[in-house]
Amino acid sequence: MARRSKVVADFDAAVAGIPDGSTIAIGGFAMPGVPFNLVAALLRQGAKRLTCIANTTGGAHKPRMPDIGMLVENGQVAKVICSFTAGTRASDVLPFTPYYERGEVEAEIVPQGTLAERLRAAGAGIPAFYTPTAVGTELAEGRETRMINGREVLLEYALPVDVAFIRAYQADEAGNLRFRRSQRNFNPLMAMAAKLVIAEVEEPILPAGAIDPDDVHTPGILVQRLVKIPPPPEGLWPVKREAR
Amino acid sequence: MPWSRPQMAERLAREFQDGWIVNLGVGMPTLIADVPFGDREITYHSENGVIGYGPVAAPGQEDLQLVNASGQNVTLLPGAAIVHHADSFALIRGGRMDVTVMGAYEAAANGDFANWKVKGAKGGGIGGAMDLAASAKRVYLMLEHRTRDGTPRLMARCSLPITARGVVTLVVTELGLFAPTGEAFAVRDLAPGVTLDEVRAATACPVTE
Repeated sequence: MARRSKVVADFDAAVAGIPDGSTIAIGGFAMPGVPFNLVAALLRQGAKRLTCIANTTGGAHKPRMPDIGMLVENGQVAKVICSFTAGTRASDVLPFTPYYERGEVEAEIVPQGTLAERLRAAGAGIPAFYTPTAVGTELAEGRETRMINGREVLLEYALPVDVAFIRAYQADEAGNLRFRRSQRNFNPLMAMAAKLVIAEVEEPILPAGAIDPDDVHTPGILVQRLVKIPPPPEGLWPVKREAR
Repeated sequence: MPWSRPQMAERLAREFQDGWIVNLGVGMPTLIADVPFGDREITYHSENGVIGYGPVAAPGQEDLQLVNASGQNVTLLPGAAIVHHADSFALIRGGRMDVTVMGAYEAAANGDFANWKVKGAKGGGIGGAMDLAASAKRVYLMLEHRTRDGTPRLMARCSLPITARGVVTLVVTELGLFAPTGEAFAVRDLAPGVTLDEVRAATACPVTE
């Protein structure tokens, strides 16, 4: 039986053909697990009217790495869906903020656990669920809540994704992925939720079968394109954040 | 003499009981990770799926693939585990957190608190705060008693958009340790030399002994 390799030549090939209007989920939490190289390639590729899903819009820390804020600055984004649409400090002004305040980009703010579960639900064929998170807050105003087992809970809908950008530690040619340390974060959930999954991979891509099936975090049937990250400076790798 | 921030962390951490799973939020609460616990076994959970992390890594020893909720490069202790974000928040919503410690802009006597949106801002920063506040067994807050211009942060009802309703268990400030009781804050402890009158003058609602 033939098995086609999912490895593509470079990052530009990896993001080729992503159409305008796509919903793109971008993995990562702080530095670990962010597919910096795919975001950089999307800046070159130029798809517009994108909806971008990630934990943050980026740009709160130095050095700045490719982020949603850069896609916004590049005129490629219609809407973001994030758990932060401002920084963690009241004094932070994110690169994204002025565009949002001028109404040039929309934002939907979603509690982080609800964001993760909405992605998981989309991948799991669950159209909606109830959660206690955000009940009684501004986010729940005008939305459906119910009392279930004596607790007020809020209806949340699944969040399907067109394209997921993933960063993994190891992959085999069948697309099976392993993550390392806190690099895992949103990545497996975004892979579950997306129709097209593109992974940038840190270690040399292994022959199919080289990752023990018990050690696979994201099964290869979810993954369509793989690209090996070259060593720096050509490839972008996590760096230590400057203290604030 | 009001408490320093490390002293606030030390005082709040004295409330932790042996065997607790503890979630530390961004900012001031990260100081708690430096408090020694002696014979008490405490396990730290970070919202990005790290269970059982230890102190911040020494300079030059950082693993850039491993961060806590504040993005600091932490270390792992023996017995640590890593899960993805949905499982991490399943642990939170599933009631496994004995306590979450968060920073806040405002804490109210009715147990509400606010820590995601400032006055006049269009955006906000929720992160995991609403999930943690809704489902942790206890919510402890660490904050300065007043803003830089002297406005009390402890009040009868929050003026900013709230993070959760009626969930706050304890509040530590530089002046003391307080528990919301509905209409007032009850003093659980005072920093050395701080008087009840000083606390009352700095608080926008009744303070009881």
